[in-house]
Amino acid sequence: MPRYVLGRFFQAFPLLLGVVTIVFVLIHLAPGDPVLALVGDFPAPEEYVRKVREEFGLDRPLIEQYVRYVGNLARGEFGYSFVQRRPVLQVIGERAAATGLLTGTALVVATLLGVGLGLIAARRPSTVLDATVSGAAVVGFSVPVFWVGQLLILLFAVTLGWLPAQGMVSLRVGPTGWDRVLDVASHLVLPATALALRLVAMTTRLTRASLLEVLGQEFIRTAEAKGAGPRRVLGRHALPNALLPLVTFVGYNLGFLLAGSALIETVFGWPGVGRLLYDSVFTRDYPVLLGIFLMVSLSVVLANLLTDLLYAYLDPRIRHAR
Amino acid sequence: MRSPFRRFAQSRPGLVGLTIVLLLIAGAVAAPLLGASDPLQTSPAAFRPPGTQWLLGTDNLGRDLWSGVVYGARVSLVVGVLAALLSAIVGIAIGTVAGFAGGRADTWLMRGAELFQTIPQFFLALIVVALIGRGLEKIIAVLGLLGWPLTARLIRAEFLSLKEREFVEAAHALGMSASRIAVRVILPNALPPAVVATSLGVAEAILLEAGLSFFGLGDPNLVSWGLMLQNAQGYLRRAWWMAVFPGVAIFLAVFGFNLLGDGLNDAMNPRVRRRL
Repeated sequence: MPRYVLGRFFQAFPLLLGVVTIVFVLIHLAPGDPVLALVGDFPAPEEYVRKVREEFGLDRPLIEQYVRYVGNLARGEFGYSFVQRRPVLQVIGERAAATGLLTGTALVVATLLGVGLGLIAARRPSTVLDATVSGAAVVGFSVPVFWVGQLLILLFAVTLGWLPAQGMVSLRVGPTGWDRVLDVASHLVLPATALALRLVAMTTRLTRASLLEVLGQEFIRTAEAKGAGPRRVLGRHALPNALLPLVTFVGYNLGFLLAGSALIETVFGWPGVGRLLYDSVFTRDYPVLLGIFLMVSLSVVLANLLTDLLYAYLDPRIRHAR
Repeated sequence: MRSPFRRFAQSRPGLVGLTIVLLLIAGAVAAPLLGASDPLQTSPAAFRPPGTQWLLGTDNLGRDLWSGVVYGARVSLVVGVLAALLSAIVGIAIGTVAGFAGGRADTWLMRGAELFQTIPQFFLALIVVALIGRGLEKIIAVLGLLGWPLTARLIRAEFLSLKEREFVEAAHALGMSASRIAVRVILPNALPPAVVATSLGVAEAILLEAGLSFFGLGDPNLVSWGLMLQNAQGYLRRAWWMAVFPGVAIFLAVFGFNLLGDGLNDAMNPRVRRRL
């Protein structure tokens, strides 16, 4: 096991370096001057521009610039947002919690619902029920998330007036206590639902396919031969094995989830990283854009690492392979 | 064994998907014949609800939504199809080299594929377009160059299993050159999974383009569904039709290509279950 863990860590490292390299290339891809990508399309003072040129060694050979850039990032220096007049890391950091709350909620809801629906479909394959669930999954898989958000606003906020359409908190509610929790929860319902929909569809399909595959294996027949009832076979024997691929699926799809979150936050005025991304596109705050890209990529690499380790922990076949 | 065409004809998702896709293409091509006028033409008739005079209503500047939806199909289909084809070409080329050459080339190319599969596509596409500027050809290039890893992996896997088969050995025995064997003998047999991936890739590219347009990064000179939804966002309380109809259009296009992909999968790889 320790050997697997170590090996997996070393696999994540080149990925991180790859991401950083891509950002470096992007900076130099910017039309005209790399300063544009590092400072932003914003009237920054001459003095600062000169400082950036010096700090990044923009007059030095590319390879030296690259080493300096990696060094800056390793020290946690992600640049400075001139639009907000604060370090990029600080700007992103204070938005992370809101995005975490939204995506975390969507992830939990989607996993529970998706596994449940996949189970229903796989229990009676090729029936009307299965066809309905599977068909609904393709529909859910094909709907643009931000449009779902708009539809939910139209129905539950504009027409019925049940739930708030914008933001994360109401101004009239105090900063602490149960009222506050309920207030945030009521703001969370619609965006989390919209964000979860596509993931529910994907999880349903995966659970169904994985369950059907496991149910066709020999050990299931053995369990049945030993007299285990259908409920026990499904719940105790098939499901735990079928859910294994779901673990890596979560890590693999964090990037999609965060992309969906960016769109959903924009629709609902949710004060997270995605909304910041939207605003930064409009203010051409390139340092923040690059910072968000780096942070999102970093989270995806880490999530992949963690889910792979979890997978190996749960499935001895992986960690003892090789 | 039944022919793939027969199997496709018996796949209900495939037929429904094909019908939707063909109708959308026909609509996009025949836009002027469908009563669609210049979708950017403003008029004093703003916020008119759907009805007999304006089939799908008008927006905040009095632009006809039906015309927007019909002409928007051109943008979505062109971006989706061309980006997916570009991804397919790059993916097939890389997968062929990796699968046939093996060794160090294979290792490095698959590392690259892993990197590009890890990177969150939407965010990378967004930054590239924000930096190099908006424009239809740029969006197609960016989406096309980001979507290759899945195809490359599928092609590589096919190559690995096919290159040990007898008909390849026979080709070697006949004295065919290595490149000829790779391209003329193995590749045609390795293509089916790539065809499926390309159909699903069109759906993915349409969704990504809609998302980019919603972020205000679509081509500024063309009407697109994502842009219409961005515009609708500001008037949700005033004009529900501005949000509903362009979204239905995106859904139909994505749904159609996803079903088509499922149908192609049923037809060409009856044993292989679709990768998610």
